[in-house]
Amino acid sequence: MNLIRNRNIVRTFKIGGVHPPEMKLSADRKIELLSLPAKVIIPLSQSLGAPSKAAIQKGDLVRVGQLIAKGEAFISSNVHSSVSGKVTRIDEVIDSSGYRRPAVLIDVEGDEWEESIDRSPDLKNEITASSEEIIRKIYEMGVVGLGGATFPSHVKLRLPEGKKAEYLLINGVECEPYLTADHRVMLEQGREVLTGIRLLMRALKVEKAFIGIENNKPDAIEHLRQLCSSFPEIEVIPLKVKYPQGGEKQLIRAVTGRETPSGKLPLEVGCVVQNVGTALAVYEAVQKNKPLIDRVVTVTGKNLERPSNLRVRIGTPVSNLIEYAGGLPEDTGKVISGGPMMGKALNSLDVPIVKGTSGVLLMPGAESKRMAPLNCIRCGRCVTVCPMGLEPILLAQLSENFLFEKAEKERIMDCIECGSCQYTCPAGRPLLDYIRLGKNKTGIMIRNRGKK
Amino acid sequence: MQLLTISGSPHIHSTQNVKSIMYGVVIALIPAMLVSLYFFGLDAARVFLVSILACLFFEWFIQKYLIRGPVTINDGSALVTGVLLAFNVPANLPAWILIIGALAAIGIAKMSFGGLGKNPFNPTLVGRVFLLISFPVQMTTWPKPNALFDAPLTDALSGPTTLGFFKEGLMKGESVQEIMQNPGFPGYVNDFLGAQGGSLGEISVLALLLGAAYLFIRKIITWHIPVSYLGSAVIFSGILWLVDPTRFIDPLMHLLAGGMILGVFYMATDMVSSPITAKGQLIFGTGAGLLTILIRVWGVYPEGVSFAILIMNAFTPLINMAFKPKRFGERMAHG
Repeated sequence: MNLIRNRNIVRTFKIGGVHPPEMKLSADRKIELLSLPAKVIIPLSQSLGAPSKAAIQKGDLVRVGQLIAKGEAFISSNVHSSVSGKVTRIDEVIDSSGYRRPAVLIDVEGDEWEESIDRSPDLKNEITASSEEIIRKIYEMGVVGLGGATFPSHVKLRLPEGKKAEYLLINGVECEPYLTADHRVMLEQGREVLTGIRLLMRALKVEKAFIGIENNKPDAIEHLRQLCSSFPEIEVIPLKVKYPQGGEKQLIRAVTGRETPSGKLPLEVGCVVQNVGTALAVYEAVQKNKPLIDRVVTVTGKNLERPSNLRVRIGTPVSNLIEYAGGLPEDTGKVISGGPMMGKALNSLDVPIVKGTSGVLLMPGAESKRMAPLNCIRCGRCVTVCPMGLEPILLAQLSENFLFEKAEKERIMDCIECGSCQYTCPAGRPLLDYIRLGKNKTGIMIRNRGKK
Repeated sequence: MQLLTISGSPHIHSTQNVKSIMYGVVIALIPAMLVSLYFFGLDAARVFLVSILACLFFEWFIQKYLIRGPVTINDGSALVTGVLLAFNVPANLPAWILIIGALAAIGIAKMSFGGLGKNPFNPTLVGRVFLLISFPVQMTTWPKPNALFDAPLTDALSGPTTLGFFKEGLMKGESVQEIMQNPGFPGYVNDFLGAQGGSLGEISVLALLLGAAYLFIRKIITWHIPVSYLGSAVIFSGILWLVDPTRFIDPLMHLLAGGMILGVFYMATDMVSSPITAKGQLIFGTGAGLLTILIRVWGVYPEGVSFAILIMNAFTPLINMAFKPKRFGERMAHG
C-alpha cells in the first residue's frame, strides 16, 4: 500500500490543477437501496444531443423498464420508466438546470418489472454478444455517461469510418470533493464493473483497458487489481490526487501521456473514456437486459446527519434522498446537484435525480455565499492552475468586454469549466461566470460563421 | 426554510485571499524589521511608524474623500507598502520627507491608477525613486549601524553603504581589493548578518532570506522571478568579474550588498506589477538582474535594483502579451 502512495510512480496530468479538501464523508458508507418514492418525474431528455420522443401517453400504465421516450437522432438516447404505475402527466417541469423541460410524471403503484429483465443477483460474466450486439443493447437500454456529461454511450462506441481505438480508459478518478458513489461501486460491484469493461473492450475492439483511480482510494485500487489479476489486458493505474484528474483530457494525459488536440475528441489520440458507473450500467444492460433506470448517488454535506451512498431510481425527487440521510439540516444555504467544483445549485428540492446526477451536496449557509469580488491583483494563480494551459483572467476580461473574436484566438472553447481558476482566485473574481458566458457567445459566433 | 442560494460552480473557494496574501507578506517582513530595530534603534522605529501611518492615511483619505468609494485600508496592501517604503530609506530620514514618499507611493503610483491591482509600477519603488531624485542628499546619508548593545548612540555617525564604498573607491581609481581593505568596509559576514550601512530593510540578507522562505512555504511567491533575477545577476556580474576582478565586484558581494535580496524577493515578486505567466516571469527576472548589474557597474547611482525593477514593470504588459502559457494539446505527445 505504501508503494501505491509513493508519489514517484503515481501518474498525473502535467499542466495546472488544484487540491481542494477531499471531504469524502461518505466513503465508508455501503450502498443502500433507497425505497421507492410515491411519484417520479422522469425528464424526457437525459443525455446530450437531441431530445427524445415520448413513447407513452397520459393515463398509460407502465412497468419498470418500459420504454417511455425514444432517442431517434444520431446523438440522443432512450429513456425508460424507473417505476411501475400510472402516467399522470407529460408536462414541462423544472429540472436541475433550473429550466422547464418536458418530463413524464408517474404515480408509483407496486413494483412490476418488465419480464425481459434478469433480476437475479447472480453474476453473469460470460460474454457472448458481438461488438454490434453490445452497442445496440447499450443504445436500447438507454445507457449514457454517468460521470456527469451524460453523453450517449453507444455514440462513443460507434467509431467513425477509418478511426480505430487503441485504449479504453475507465474513469474511476472521482476527483470532485465529497462524492463517493464511484468509489463504492468499485468496491462493492467490482466484478460487474470488470465485466462491463470487457464488454466495452469488445464493443470497441481494443486490446487494452486502463482503470484510472485517484490515490485516495487505496482500497478500490487494491480490490480492482486483485480482480484484474486474471485479466492482464485490464490494468489499474493509481493517479495522484489532483483536481481535475477525472477530466477526460486530463485522464488521457495522465494515463497514456497523450494530449488530445484542441477541439478534437479523445479518439484522435486513440482513446475512448467511460466512467466506472457507466461500465456497471453496460454490464446490467448487456448481461441482464436491464435498462438504465437507477444509479448510485452520494448524498452528503457537513451538516447532514448520515451522508450516504444510495441506489436511487431515476426520477426520484432530491428531497427523498435528503430525508433518508437524516433530513434537511437547519443550516442549509445551498443544495448542489453533483460535486462542489462543477455541480449545479438547485432552486428546488423537488428536482428529480437523473442519469447524470452523481451526488446531492448540501452546503451550510456560511459557505454558500461567495466573497465580494475585488480588483484582480494579477497574481497569475488562475493561469498556474488552469489544466488546459489557458489564461482565465484574460478570457474573463475578453468575455466581459464582448471581445469574442479575440477570446476564440485565446482558445476560450478549450475551457473545460472545471472551476480551478475561480476556486483559486484570491480576489474572488467570478472568472468562470464570465468565461461560460464567453464560451456560449463565442460558440454561437462560430456556428453562425459556418452558415454564411 | 431559508432561501437557497443559486450561483454558478465552483461552490467552494481556497482559503487564500488578497488579505491573507498581504498579511503573509507583512509576517515575512518581520525578521528584517527586527534586525533594523536592532541596528538602528529608535530611529528605525520612528521611520516604520511614520511610513506605515502615512501610507494608511493617504489610502484612507484618497478612497474616502477623492474617490468616494469603498475604503480598503484593512486589506493589508497599504500596510505592506508602508513597511517596504520604510525598508527603502535611511534610518535618519526626516519624517516630512518620508510622508512625501508615502504620498508618492500611495497617491501617485497606486490610487491614481485605480488602487490595488491596477498599478503598473510597484508603489514602494515609485516612492523610493521619487525621494531619491527629489532629496538625493537626505536619501543617501546613511547612519552607521550601531548594534543595540554596543556603544551608546552618541553622535550620529554616517558612512557609505557597501556599494557606496565601491562606487567612490572605483571612481578614485582604487581596485576592488583595495576598497575591501578599507577600515570601515563591512565585508561578507557583516553584509550577510546586517551590520552594514544602508536602507532599513536591506541590511540583513539572513533576515530577508528567512522571510522569503516563509513566502515560499505559504506559496505567496513562486521561484520563477527570484531564481531568474538572481541567476542573471550572478551570471552577468560573474562574467565581468572573470574579465577583471580588480575593476568588477564579485557576484557574491553583489548578492549580499545593497538592496538585491530585498528587491528580488519582496518587490520584483509583487504580483500586480510583474508578469502573469511563468515564462513571462522568467523573462522579467532575467531582465531585472541584467539591468541591476548594468546600473550598479556603469550607472551614476551605486544601487540599481529599484530602477531595474521599475523598468521591467514597464515591460510587464508587453511580456504578458508575448509569453503565453503552454496550451494543453499543443504538442501531441505519444508515449
